[in-house]
Amino acid sequence: MEQFLAFGIVGLSTAAIYAVISSGLVLTYVTTGVFNFAHGAAGMLAAFCYWQLTVGWGWPVPLALAVVLLVLAPGFGLLVERVLLRPVQHLGEAERMVMMVALLSGLIAGARWIWDPNVARPLPTFFADRTPFRAGPVTITWHQAITMVVAVAVAAGLWALLNRTRTGAEMRATVDDRALAGLTGADPLRANRVAWVLGTQLAAVGGILIAPSVALDAQQLSLLIVSAYTAAIFGRLRSLPLTFLGAVVVGCMESYLTGYLPQNAYLPGLRLAAPALLLFAALLLFPHRRLRGRDRRLAPVPLPSMRGALVFAASVVVAGVAMATVLQGKDLITLGPLLPLGMVALSYVPLAGYAGQISLCQLSMAGIGAVVWAHLGADGQPWALLVAVLVAALAGAVIALPALRLSGVYLALGTAAFTVVLDRWIFTLPSFDVLGVRISLFEQGSLEVSGPSLFGLRLDGERGLMVFSAVCLALVSLGVAALRRGRFGRRLIALRDSEAAYATLGGNLLVARVAVFALAAGIAGLGGALYGMQLRTITADQFGLVAGLPIFLIAVIGGLGRVGNGLFAGTAYIGPNILLGLASWTQNLVAILPALAGMGLGQSPDGIVVRLRREWEPVARDRLVLPALLAAVALAWALRIADAVNGWVLLVGLAAVASALRAWAAARRNAPAEPEVPVEWWGVRRPWRAEDGEVLARGIARG
Amino acid sequence: MASLEVEGVTVAYGGNRALDGVGIAAERGRVTGLIGPNGAGKSTLFDVVSGLRRPSSGRVLLDGRDVTRMGPARRARRGLARTFQRLELFGRLSVRDNLLVAAELGPERRRAARAVDEVVDRLGLAGVADQPADALPTGVARLVEVGRALAVRPALLLLDEPAAGQDAAETERFAALLRSLARDGTAVVLVEHDMGLVMSVCDEVHVLDLGKVIAAGPPEVIRNDETVLAAYLGEP
Repeated sequence: MEQFLAFGIVGLSTAAIYAVISSGLVLTYVTTGVFNFAHGAAGMLAAFCYWQLTVGWGWPVPLALAVVLLVLAPGFGLLVERVLLRPVQHLGEAERMVMMVALLSGLIAGARWIWDPNVARPLPTFFADRTPFRAGPVTITWHQAITMVVAVAVAAGLWALLNRTRTGAEMRATVDDRALAGLTGADPLRANRVAWVLGTQLAAVGGILIAPSVALDAQQLSLLIVSAYTAAIFGRLRSLPLTFLGAVVVGCMESYLTGYLPQNAYLPGLRLAAPALLLFAALLLFPHRRLRGRDRRLAPVPLPSMRGALVFAASVVVAGVAMATVLQGKDLITLGPLLPLGMVALSYVPLAGYAGQISLCQLSMAGIGAVVWAHLGADGQPWALLVAVLVAALAGAVIALPALRLSGVYLALGTAAFTVVLDRWIFTLPSFDVLGVRISLFEQGSLEVSGPSLFGLRLDGERGLMVFSAVCLALVSLGVAALRRGRFGRRLIALRDSEAAYATLGGNLLVARVAVFALAAGIAGLGGALYGMQLRTITADQFGLVAGLPIFLIAVIGGLGRVGNGLFAGTAYIGPNILLGLASWTQNLVAILPALAGMGLGQSPDGIVVRLRREWEPVARDRLVLPALLAAVALAWALRIADAVNGWVLLVGLAAVASALRAWAAARRNAPAEPEVPVEWWGVRRPWRAEDGEVLARGIARG
Repeated sequence: MASLEVEGVTVAYGGNRALDGVGIAAERGRVTGLIGPNGAGKSTLFDVVSGLRRPSSGRVLLDGRDVTRMGPARRARRGLARTFQRLELFGRLSVRDNLLVAAELGPERRRAARAVDEVVDRLGLAGVADQPADALPTGVARLVEVGRALAVRPALLLLDEPAAGQDAAETERFAALLRSLARDGTAVVLVEHDMGLVMSVCDEVHVLDLGKVIAAGPPEVIRNDETVLAAYLGEP
């Protein structure tokens, strides 16, 4: 009994921290409509800063606390609100979410840059030198007691703020109707700022309180937020009392699992994955609704021409062959994952671009494809690749069934939870039997992966695999373009734009959603198998949640509805890796680049692929410049093959020539353009045109 | 047998009743009007009939078959189509693709492209066929929603304020379209605030107020019904 109570105290102490963190999350969400995926990362950053001030620089604890909680945390909250969120406030929920995922990814990479992850940084508990006191049969440390007192104080303070102050009333009004709140004298901007400041402070309090009991590790601390997410979902992202209740459930569950979970090889991961499992269950069980308001802007999903798609596919193959012949040694290995991870990013096009389903588990699907291929394709049998795709597709279909109840941020959370369960538990399992079939995953370590045998040719070298990956990416890109042009693609977009209309026309939501999840997972599975072939040895870590975030970010930055996104995302994600050998700090720079690019999404909300296409279209349509560009590429390739120039000269020279040719094409195309006349001067500074009425009507209708 | 029969349908939210024992019927070849003040429950009734909302009690029958427990897709396959008061177009798709999605889900999926061409011609949408649906003015967008419903060749068509945003000439053309649909054997149920349109095309009108049917009958009777005048139309 005493042991049971002792675990209860530990659970309540952990619950108190989760309650503090998750109440900040709820506060930010209900006031600003932004689900802060980076909330845990903000707490992590605060914990690192606190460690730096107290342990690193020897500052007194009260001073360090004051600086972190009253200066750094509010400053960080205001910075996020002003620099990251305000530019995307007018965009949709997905864009705001991407900004937060970018922040999460960026903070982890940034913290690892500043604080070397290979150095242990123990953080002492509060009043560690004082003897714990006894309350009845249980012993309570002063740190635990303080934690619980802080949680109670936070609960009381938030209640008083929301129900007894003008600021609280403003915050509640802002969430109900931002515009209306503004009309009645409230200041939505101020409410936003207060929410970000308070939310970040609460995250900081939680981070500092929990850091002594876990390792001060950027990724681990950031992902502790999964437990706080679960608590917040108990409160349906709105109710603070229910959130506190959820925190108690999660904290006690974790503590009792630590104490009473049977010891065997299959269950340790379950304790780590338990909050994610509970999050998944909570998402499905508790009714929830999205905050009011529709996306004000529909991200377009262009209709690619099959001719254009064929030209693009041919370009992918040419690029693959060119890389395979030009690259050598380490560069060949470094850029090997470019096309396979491009394939994983391409899986987002039908899933998120067409169907609007935001999933954070595509790299896990790739992991499933890689594992199946590693086990079944050890001798390079091509059928094993098909099986890898089918098993990944099946896993995608399994996720789709519960995901039918989720959308938007809830779907992202659910798929993130699924990834964490795979990452922390399933992928760590030893071999097991299901219905007499032996299932082996990562065998609690790493797996060797071979290349395929095709037409009697064993593709085991980097060059052969690169060409094979290029052919696969080209074929799948063509397939995705055909999908967009076909019946299924139309249905996915219809389903995304209006589920009610789609259903009342006779469309089956379940079938369409399961099919697109399976299709996207199959594509990711193929990408994963190719990725594994390139890496030769794979571990579970390479397919975890944090590893998958940059791919998601770059896919969004590229433009989710674009078929060219696969090649773009692979290039943008893996391409910078060629800088790795230049200096020691380039590794951190490369790690943080996707996050920085994600934070710049507001500059180009339709995606960079669109911008690239627009900028390079004059070249593609110019009968003089295009052959000149192709000739320059061919010449550069020949020079490199002949070893007349090195890789850097080739890269810089080609970029300079291409840029000059683009400018030339633009100059040849552009007649002096008519200056743009603002709409209010139509009919005054220039004559009224017949089509102007229609243009105005459409503009007004678009709102 | 009526194409649509709604019997004693109640929709309750806690103590409030959005619909309270509502019963209406619509027959093939006729246009049935459903009028009433804002908040009377007209759109809620459409949601119940089309399967988007389960009633607390009561039944919905399509061609005599109880469909109360069926989902919206199965009802659609039984010939029901509808439009929405708050536009529900597929905004990212072109007008033609909006219609194509519908036609491919309908009974004529094998000749969907031709079915779409027919609807485009019938509604005069050729000029906007290749435009994205979210770029259309409201009046045209409503017409596209009607076209999308027609592309599934419905036996029962529920139209929720389809003429909102149309000018007098467009409304007159729309009235002619409704009459021709009825002539073709479609059962049309029309929710509309344009009393001129309702009174000119409907064969029968039901009046809803505070979730209850307060009157039903031919337009000329409804126009002079004192309860209706007091609750909705006002004194002439």
